[in-house]
Amino acid sequence: MTVDKKVSKVTSLKDVKKYFSDGMTLMCGGFGGVGSPPSIINSILEQGAANITLICNDAGFPWIGPGKLVTEKRIKKLLASHIGSNPEAGKQMHEKELEVVFYPQGTLAEKIRAGGMGLGGILVDVGLGTIVEEGKEKTTVNGSEFMIEPALTADVSIVYAKKADPYGNLVYDQTARNTNPLVAMAGDITIVEAEEIVGIGELDPEEIVTPGVYVDHIVQSEGVDWKWVWEKRKDN
Amino acid sequence: MGMGKEERQLIAKRAAKEISSGMMVNLGIGIPTLVADFIHDSSGVMFHTENGILGMGPSPEQGKEDGNLSNAGGYPCSIVPGASFFDSATAFGMIRRGYLDITILGALEVSEKGDIANWIVPGKRVPGMGGAIDLAQKAKKVIVLMSHTTKGGSPKIVKECSLPLTVKEGAHLIITEMAVIEVKQDGLELIEVMHPYKVEDVIKNTGATLKVSDRVLVNK
Repeated sequence: MTVDKKVSKVTSLKDVKKYFSDGMTLMCGGFGGVGSPPSIINSILEQGAANITLICNDAGFPWIGPGKLVTEKRIKKLLASHIGSNPEAGKQMHEKELEVVFYPQGTLAEKIRAGGMGLGGILVDVGLGTIVEEGKEKTTVNGSEFMIEPALTADVSIVYAKKADPYGNLVYDQTARNTNPLVAMAGDITIVEAEEIVGIGELDPEEIVTPGVYVDHIVQSEGVDWKWVWEKRKDN
Repeated sequence: MGMGKEERQLIAKRAAKEISSGMMVNLGIGIPTLVADFIHDSSGVMFHTENGILGMGPSPEQGKEDGNLSNAGGYPCSIVPGASFFDSATAFGMIRRGYLDITILGALEVSEKGDIANWIVPGKRVPGMGGAIDLAQKAKKVIVLMSHTTKGGSPKIVKECSLPLTVKEGAHLIITEMAVIEVKQDGLELIEVMHPYKVEDVIKNTGATLKVSDRVLVNK
């Protein structure tokens, strides 16, 4: 019982470039840059795709995580909970080069989770009584009012994992988990950047967070760039 | 804004008194982050972070930081025994479900009804709400830490917020460098004054009606 080369999802950063295209909807794991897949983001930059709709917890930092795609003007529309750590995103938004749609952080996470779970959307009351409810369809269930928030999916999801086996079973590391397990489930094509690729059967089935069926391709990470997030701030 | 280190620490120290053993607590970015340093008995307090920790511990020693272990603001942190890691959907599920005892956050404006505005200055500063709406709407107790006035000296505690709201009638307690104010059903009540300010200073710098408690305390 082994996964042979025919079914192994392990491939190269060069080979996954064919999945990136102009106008694609891209979902990216990570939280403030931590846990975003830096090697895959670099390969999107190299490949050249633009006019991307990006769905991500936040805009990262100008030179970290998905923030790089914003800085290089590859993003046309961004769905996020905040862009405060990326002044470049704010600048492009004010100059109307970048459209930004904000959601409360928990609502955005749950919209992504719903997409990965095959649901049409969620009912949520977070933000009622604020501008968040503007333009939202509402419904009443058991006497309480909720907004109907449609589920989110993407053409391509990119995530970062600590360990992957060739079937795509994933294990994450501490707070680098964040939105990654949700994003992994919501992509039509899900590409994983793993710190370590282990053999089939080497992960304890009890510790696997993302079952491999959600994963299409696995690439070896070339190293991460997010330590800078706080090292840089410490110097300031 | 423009508060010195001492004033920021005074506010954080006062806020820490609200936390007791066994509570689940979320600390926002800025002054709220400092609160953890002043808790007398942190045993059994479980700090929650939006990026997926229940049981966050203090900052690690220099050189012992782990790039994959940070708080929601991106700063290195540690964990305490009994801590757990989880994804962002779970991090907010436990907030929406009502398990969070206290959330401590900053604000741009708070109204006399407890409305909070803290995520957008339309046309000027639009960082986004992050997790602030989830936290302010769903925590059992919402504590606002902020400077009493703007840099220009205008009151931040007002009759009606002029900025878009984070939450309607969400705040329970406001702590500034001048005062501690409780948000009650019938309005704001001044319960403590911070040294060296006087009750009159607080009233003068507040843009809403303040009922002064007959047992107002002076904090030194």
